[in-house]
Amino acid sequence: MTDFLYSIFVGPFADMIALPDFLMQVLWEGFVAGVLYALIALGFVLIFKASGVFNFAQGIMVVFSGLTLVGLYELGVPAFMALIITLGVMYVLAFSVERFVLRKLVNQPDIILFMATIGLTNILIGLGQWIFGGETKTMITEQLWLPTGSSVWEPNGGLVIFQHIDIAATVIAVLMIVGLGFFFSYTKVGRALRAVADDHQASLSVGISLNQIWVIVWFAAGIVALVTGIMWGARSDVSFSLQIIALKALPVLVLGGFTSIPGAIVGGLIIGIGEKIFEIYWGPLFGSGVEGWFAYVIALIFLLFRPQGLFGDKIIERV
Amino acid sequence: MSTAETFITPDGRTIGTVMMEMKNITLRFGGVIAIQDISFDIREGEIRAIIGPNGAGKSSMLNVINGFYHPQEGEVWFRGAKRPSMKPYQIAKQGIARTFQNIALFKGMTTVENVMTGRQLMMKKSFLWQMLRVGPAMTEEVEHRRRCEEIIDFLEIQHIRKEPVGSLPYGLQKRVELARALAMEPKLLLLDEPMAGMNVEEKEDMSRFILDVNDQYGTTIALIEHDMSVVMDLADRVVCLDYGKMLADGTPAEVQKNQAVIDAYLGVEH
Repeated sequence: MTDFLYSIFVGPFADMIALPDFLMQVLWEGFVAGVLYALIALGFVLIFKASGVFNFAQGIMVVFSGLTLVGLYELGVPAFMALIITLGVMYVLAFSVERFVLRKLVNQPDIILFMATIGLTNILIGLGQWIFGGETKTMITEQLWLPTGSSVWEPNGGLVIFQHIDIAATVIAVLMIVGLGFFFSYTKVGRALRAVADDHQASLSVGISLNQIWVIVWFAAGIVALVTGIMWGARSDVSFSLQIIALKALPVLVLGGFTSIPGAIVGGLIIGIGEKIFEIYWGPLFGSGVEGWFAYVIALIFLLFRPQGLFGDKIIERV
Repeated sequence: MSTAETFITPDGRTIGTVMMEMKNITLRFGGVIAIQDISFDIREGEIRAIIGPNGAGKSSMLNVINGFYHPQEGEVWFRGAKRPSMKPYQIAKQGIARTFQNIALFKGMTTVENVMTGRQLMMKKSFLWQMLRVGPAMTEEVEHRRRCEEIIDFLEIQHIRKEPVGSLPYGLQKRVELARALAMEPKLLLLDEPMAGMNVEEKEDMSRFILDVNDQYGTTIALIEHDMSVVMDLADRVVCLDYGKMLADGTPAEVQKNQAVIDAYLGVEH
């Protein structure tokens, strides 16, 4: 019994202190994973803020954009040309979603829009497999001038390895998040997006075109998906299984709040770092595989005590 | 009275030429006829009331003017031109603002932010500049803020400027909604039951604001209201509907004396 208590309350911390460089490594890995979770969650937050809809298709949009990029390159299109064309494809996707799905569903309950995004997911899966096939593809990291090597840092004789792609991912994600934050807070389009999320009729009455706003927001989510696809793809190849990672965004969103960009970041970091630390130091107690469920347990606990998340809009209910 | 002439009400107020004219409007939802062959006009600078019992088609009429509904028959003329079928946001661009019977505010935003959405159409600077908060974009933002603050002062809602509107009492929410509509600097303001659910004091406040808006900004107002005493005090001219049909159109005094109107409101002996 004392052994058991020791392995929970003392052992892991003793390990952390004994090997600080290893702890650093774990924290860094967790941080990078967290940033990438935040990036995925950001895609969800964008659409949720602007339409109150949980976009189930965000995960497949990540895969679809990644596959389009690599697919075009394999056809012989230069890498940066492929990137631009992929952006175009994401715009066409946003435009089509608005034209053929959302426009018909103005003023419908959110759950109907949510179901529509599930339908969209299946269409994109089918379309993706039809066009690009089901095989795993390698992301064109070097062709896009993304760094690939790694640096070693040796604090006091220890050893911490930083993959350059991880550093690049962090920098790009941070830039993107800051940019979107400013966009939402300070521009008239940002204000319109928040208005549309609150009330369709009222938005129309002050002269906001729902169609235009939806295209903008789905395109923005498409860009986020593309960046996420490139970054995740660079770490673990592009395949349809990337979709599953997108589901990790759910606990991140529960933690951070569905409507908050800072929430997505903080939520992503908590889940990313917490998951890694828990896996490495407490994992052996559960026979490993902790990474698979840790995030969801945290999310459940949050749902019990703070359902709006850390930064979500306060739930106001007038009776 | 012809459409091109001004016209003096019994109260001695001069009302301008015809701004909006509804010609033989018919609106159906499937087999239900919401509005049947109704024609009336709204003149520049007047306060025009639309009254009638529940289900008379008043809100439907407002929705036709505002573009939420498109009538199957009839024409809408705005400032001397026939209006093609337009979307609500395009009609907003023409200078028609409105409030809603069941309050449609952006509940998660503060009062100021709600009012600022009314300036949406007037902000022209590129989003890139707005993001950076510099130069002309910043000047523009400040100018619009200033206008919004004026309206907020005008409607006496300074004390709730920074509060999320979802948490405000009903009467104040109605006022914020009016502020948002005013921020659009509309030529025509549509008010759908601006005093529904208010107590006497709040009704008096709201009546005063409506008169002040009409007086100070010269805004033409079309409003739907149930409270007859309020309508009689506010309106220059009244149109009365019942089951989608026109019962009467004229000054408050005329409409009040109209036998069909009295029957519709009080019921008829059979």
